[in-house]
Amino acid sequence: MTPPQSSASVSARTSVPFWRDVRVLTILAQIIFVVAVAVAGGYLYANLASAMQRRGLVAGFDFINNESGFEIGETLIPYQPTDTYGRAFLAGFLNTLWVSIVGIILTTILGVSVGIARLSPNFLLSRLAAGFIEIIRNTPLLVQLFFIYFGVFVRFPSVAESLQFPGPSFGNQRGLFFPKPIPLESFPAWAIFVVAGIFIALALWIASGRGQSKLPLGWLGFAALIAFPIIGSLLLPAPFEFEIPVRERFNFKGGLHISPEFGALLTGLVIYTAGFIAEVVRSGIQAVKRGQVEAAYALGLRGGQVLRLVIFPQALRVMLPPMTSQYLNLAKNSSLAIAIGFPDLFSVTATIANQTGQPVPVILLVMVTYLAISLFTSLLMNIYNRYVQILEK
Amino acid sequence: MKKIIVALASLLVFAFVLGACAPAPSAPQIVKETVVVKETVVVRETAAAAAPKATAPAAPPAPAVLGARFKAINDRKKLICGVNDALPGFGYLDKATGAFAGFDVDFCKALTAALFNDVKAVEYRAVTAGQRGPALQTGEVDVLIRNTTWTVTRDATWGLFVATTFYDGQGMMVNTKKNPTVKTLKDLKDASICVQTGTTTELNLTDRMRAENTAFKPVVFDTADPTFAAYDEGRCDAVTTDISGLISRRTLLKVPGDHTILEAVMSKEPLGPSVPTGDSQWFNVVKWAVFELIEAEEYGITSANVNQMLTSKVPEVQRILGVTGDLNKTLGVEKDWVVRMVKAVGNYGEIFDRNLGPKTPFNLSRGVNNLWTKGGLMYAPPYR
Repeated sequence: MTPPQSSASVSARTSVPFWRDVRVLTILAQIIFVVAVAVAGGYLYANLASAMQRRGLVAGFDFINNESGFEIGETLIPYQPTDTYGRAFLAGFLNTLWVSIVGIILTTILGVSVGIARLSPNFLLSRLAAGFIEIIRNTPLLVQLFFIYFGVFVRFPSVAESLQFPGPSFGNQRGLFFPKPIPLESFPAWAIFVVAGIFIALALWIASGRGQSKLPLGWLGFAALIAFPIIGSLLLPAPFEFEIPVRERFNFKGGLHISPEFGALLTGLVIYTAGFIAEVVRSGIQAVKRGQVEAAYALGLRGGQVLRLVIFPQALRVMLPPMTSQYLNLAKNSSLAIAIGFPDLFSVTATIANQTGQPVPVILLVMVTYLAISLFTSLLMNIYNRYVQILEK
Repeated sequence: MKKIIVALASLLVFAFVLGACAPAPSAPQIVKETVVVKETVVVRETAAAAAPKATAPAAPPAPAVLGARFKAINDRKKLICGVNDALPGFGYLDKATGAFAGFDVDFCKALTAALFNDVKAVEYRAVTAGQRGPALQTGEVDVLIRNTTWTVTRDATWGLFVATTFYDGQGMMVNTKKNPTVKTLKDLKDASICVQTGTTTELNLTDRMRAENTAFKPVVFDTADPTFAAYDEGRCDAVTTDISGLISRRTLLKVPGDHTILEAVMSKEPLGPSVPTGDSQWFNVVKWAVFELIEAEEYGITSANVNQMLTSKVPEVQRILGVTGDLNKTLGVEKDWVVRMVKAVGNYGEIFDRNLGPKTPFNLSRGVNNLWTKGGLMYAPPYR
């Protein structure tokens, strides 16, 4: 190694032996560290490359444009076995994205509710919430998923004994089937009414936030949101027709379908993550100083107002960073879908890797995709976090 | 002094950093390791395959050592048979007796009877799916009879397959109590089908259903247990894997009688015995043992009537049972070797029925495994 010469001159100057000289040691440590990492990485790469060469494998992404030749149970985009591996990957990716987005929205609602319930002065409510949190947080997600899928969802009545709900909608062990609205000619005109209703509701809601009017503006906005689409549908010919699910030989066909795999995965992810979010919410609320609450009550605010106007805005600042982690966990935990048969990104790519014999590029692709999902989620959350933080001057 | 402490601290931190970084690359390392493991197996295979290949051409006077293994078996007075110990019906440990039993195991017994007239002169070696290749390559077993698919790769690298004893293939199991009208793959239009990922099963399924122009909904699991659990609960109308796997798994379902395996076969998985390379005499003995069990069925020779058959006037039967001719000498076995085999385990049909047939929990019909004279694929070359 070369350092001894340079360190000799250093030690000559300072009369401290180089092995005690912090400056030398820190630099030396960093050099050793970099070399070690480079050697380890190089060794792993060389190992991989030689192994693949011995097997006559050429790592590459050429397979992406080949015909996939396998069927996927449920997709958001049209997909056939004659489509490419690239499209199969996209279908799996969209399934992951779909379950993650719906899951994050639902788990936030459930988690915040349970977190607030946990701090409720009502003994029964707070104990129930505490029990829920402790049970959910302290059992493995995979076990919960198996329980929800095999214990609940596939134990619904068989297709022959389907439950019928208004709509008509149907529920059985193959999932839930709803009538599917199909837009007709008058749909665009009707959509204008809906959008107008949403805008008016938003405007009124913002106005109500200023608290300067005596009218219940928030409720008026809500009324507008409901009333406009109804008025629209009365004035115009029917904007939709409904495709009713029809019982066929094996199953219902047509309409909107929620498969038991998707249902179980979504339920499992939402409940599991909500347990953690509830604790995040509790810690956030408890981080707000007692004096703030007392001052709010002293001003004459009611319980709900105290929570909404004083506690929550301050708790949010504490809650957001750990909340982001929980959202990321939810998205990543969705890869457990393969255990209960939902064709998410990981499940689909497992098949692709198996069929193409290209595990290394496929797994790299999967890692990069999950990384992109996670980074994008944290980017959005960080922007929101910056927005709600107190701007200190 | 302080500087020393700082230096020590920085070293400590450095150690921690290294420690922390060591697991970091280990995540991709796992991936690579799996590749590497597969690698070593493949390399071993090719190495071991190369060895006999290298010696075989290098030693053209090989006929001199012809029968080396056969002689070793005879000297040892014991056959070493590689079998499965965990596939009910094919190779498993009988709960009642604690002994090896099954379709594959009966062929070991037949060979032992042919050689030593004693079905106990055999040592069973239970080998896993991963071990069976090397066990054959190294000659650790005299014969491997372990529900092993005959492929060109295995013929070239493991050993020599002698014949097919069971024509397996990817099959489809349907709950015929719920769907009594399903008889063919076409009847499964728009059905949900449970399937396990990780093999060629998914691909075979999609290929066949496309060929039949039949749409379906796959529900894909990563292991066998949830696949069959979901099917049993009624989540799927059908489930697919190799037929031998289906019949084995069917016995574990809640009501095995409700489920039927369709006649359709979606892939070719011929299972049969294989022997180590290098001894064509032993290869022939095993091959003709299988063929003669099939021929015995063809000519109606059973364990019950084999003694009466010795007086048969049919020339083929006389030759098979060694009453006339000395065909046994060409193989180097005793004159009554077929008689011994049939007495010990019965003919091919008896072996099938005893282990897999209607009286067993598997209730498997002969299908393609029937004799060629009855529309199946079981065909033995003539014994003459």
